[in-house]
This record gives sequence, structure tokens and C-alpha cells, in this order.
Amino acid sequence: MAILKTPITKSDHIRGPANAPISLVEYGDYECPHCGLAHPIVNQVELHFRGRMRFVFRHFPLSEVHPYAEVAAESAEFAGAAGLFWEMHDALFENQNMLNVATILLLGTTLGLSEAAMRRALETGQYRNRVRSDFMSGVRSGVNGTPTFFINGVRHDGAYDYASLVSGIQMRLAADTSA
Amino acid sequence: MSSILTVGTAAPNFTLRVTPDQDLTLSDLRGRPLILAFYPADWSPVCGDQVTLYNELLPEFRKHDAELLGISVDGVWCHAAFARDRLLHFPLLADFEPKGEVARKYGAYRASEGVCERALFVLDRRGTVAWSYCSPIAVNPGADGILDALEQLSEKANGHGHLENADHQK
Repeated sequence: MAILKTPITKSDHIRGPANAPISLVEYGDYECPHCGLAHPIVNQVELHFRGRMRFVFRHFPLSEVHPYAEVAAESAEFAGAAGLFWEMHDALFENQNMLNVATILLLGTTLGLSEAAMRRALETGQYRNRVRSDFMSGVRSGVNGTPTFFINGVRHDGAYDYASLVSGIQMRLAADTSA
Repeated sequence: MSSILTVGTAAPNFTLRVTPDQDLTLSDLRGRPLILAFYPADWSPVCGDQVTLYNELLPEFRKHDAELLGISVDGVWCHAAFARDRLLHFPLLADFEPKGEVARKYGAYRASEGVCERALFVLDRRGTVAWSYCSPIAVNPGADGILDALEQLSEKANGHGHLENADHQK
């Protein structure tokens, strides 16, 4: 059983109540088609467990096969510094089929971010270490591909369709309360 | 599954094709830690993820001066196409003729299906098995076990004084 080795902290991107009984962590890549497919499913799952779940997204860019995954992750961090992480996160996944640097900059400016500042942050790799530290925390926790989900700290080895995620969460909740 | 070579065993030497016109001999790589990743087949979806992940982690492996070798029973041309498609930056060895001979020596051959097990070995600088793991064939084993083993080797090397240190910093 693979366990999330890096606990959720304030420096994570967290959506949902801090004291939620369910924590769903995704290691994902904005250019990975499977993560793209999982994106609306995760939103549905959040809706299903509304008020009882928090969702955490950590970067796991497979840059060798996805040339814009790293830049996309860094751009989300740049947006995050302005309090717009989730807006950028959603925009990146929703425009995954045309992901490139121009698209990423456009998505940023649409959110009201400065294109020049964003370009500079990406060029200088301002958020590269942050993204890398997410990536390595995933590797050490047994992330073996994207997307990889952890439910309350335990890797979800099932599929990422709606039914599998919901039942995975319910089973983990049952196991946690009986323990 | 439990028959793979265990810690402390001297890794059997071998020479395998790595490209259509090049061989690679294990003993030539002595002096640095080695990761041997046996996997069932090029192109199958699980190893796809596995090699992609390892490819991504080459800089981490190199921090420990370690070299990664992938091994399956696929032929050199198949390996070449697979490596090109996935942009792999590490060698894939063809345990092709006699089929699976090297995998058998490591206890990592699955005779019922005629493919390698999904087995990982970390060898120390002297060519001794420092860590080994055989994953269920459908499960991508990830890389945390490899990194733990490499870290232990580096710590050991650093604890051994100047000679090993000098070697490590080479």
C-alpha cells in the first residue's frame, strides 16, 4: 500500500474545508490527456462530497513526453502567487488540446495577470523548484504515472472514473472510521 | 516471483545488444551504481508509464552517479522504435537471443509468457545486488524503492572515507 509521504500543508493548493474528513490529493500533469479526462470527474466528485472533502493538486509534469507540462505547472504557480491558482488550473485543463506558451500566456492575461511578469517568471524558472519539489514528493510516495490519486493519504490504485473514485473514497472513509 | 536474485549476490555478467550494431557488457560499467530494470515488453501501457517515469528521473539517478539499463526480450529494432517514440535517454538492452537468457540468470524470466518479470535490481559499485524487487506484472513499481537504495549506497560510500568519496565525486 503506497502512502503519501509528504503531508498536506499550508503551502499546498487546497480547495475545500481544512477540517474535511476526506482529503483527495492528485498528482497531475496539465498536458497529460488522462489528467485532462480526470479534471471534470474530480469536479463532479468534489460536488458529490461537497463540504466533506478537500482537494489538493500537486504537480507531476512528465516533461520528456509533454513539452509544455513544466511551463504550464509553473504558470499555475505564478497565478497562485496572485491568488488565482485554481482559476489557472481550470483554464489549463480546459484548454489542454491547444496548450503551448502562447496559450498559457493568453490564459494568464485573461485572468488579469501581467503577461510581462508571467513571461519573466517562466523564463527565469522562478517556480521551477516548487514544481520539482511537488514532483519528487510524488516519486517518493509511489506516484508511478499521471494522474495518481491519494485518498486520505493512501494511494488509490483503481481507475479514475467517477464511480471508482467515489467508491474508493467511501471505502477509505469506512476503513478510517472503523480503525 | 520470489526467485529473483537477492541482496548480496554477485550480479551475473552479461553482454547484450543495445543497438543494431553495438553491444553492452555489464562488467564494463563497474565502478558506479547500476539500476537494472527488467520489464515485460516495449509498448505495453504499464511499462510505458514506467519507462517514462524513469526517463524523467535520470537526473535524480545521476545525482548518485547511477546508470539505468532497461532490459526486455524485445529485439533491437523494436527497442529503437520504442526509445524514439518515448524520447528515452537511457539504453534498452535486447535479451533476445537466446531469448531471456539474462533474465533467467537473474530469476526474472516469466517462462509461462516468455517475457521478463517486472523486476528491479540496484547494483553497487562492485556489481553486487544491493536491492532487488519484483513487482506484480501489471503494477508499475514506481521509483521510490530505487531512490531509497541509491541513497543508502551513497551514504555507505560517504561513510567509507576518502577513497570511496573520491570515487563518488568523480
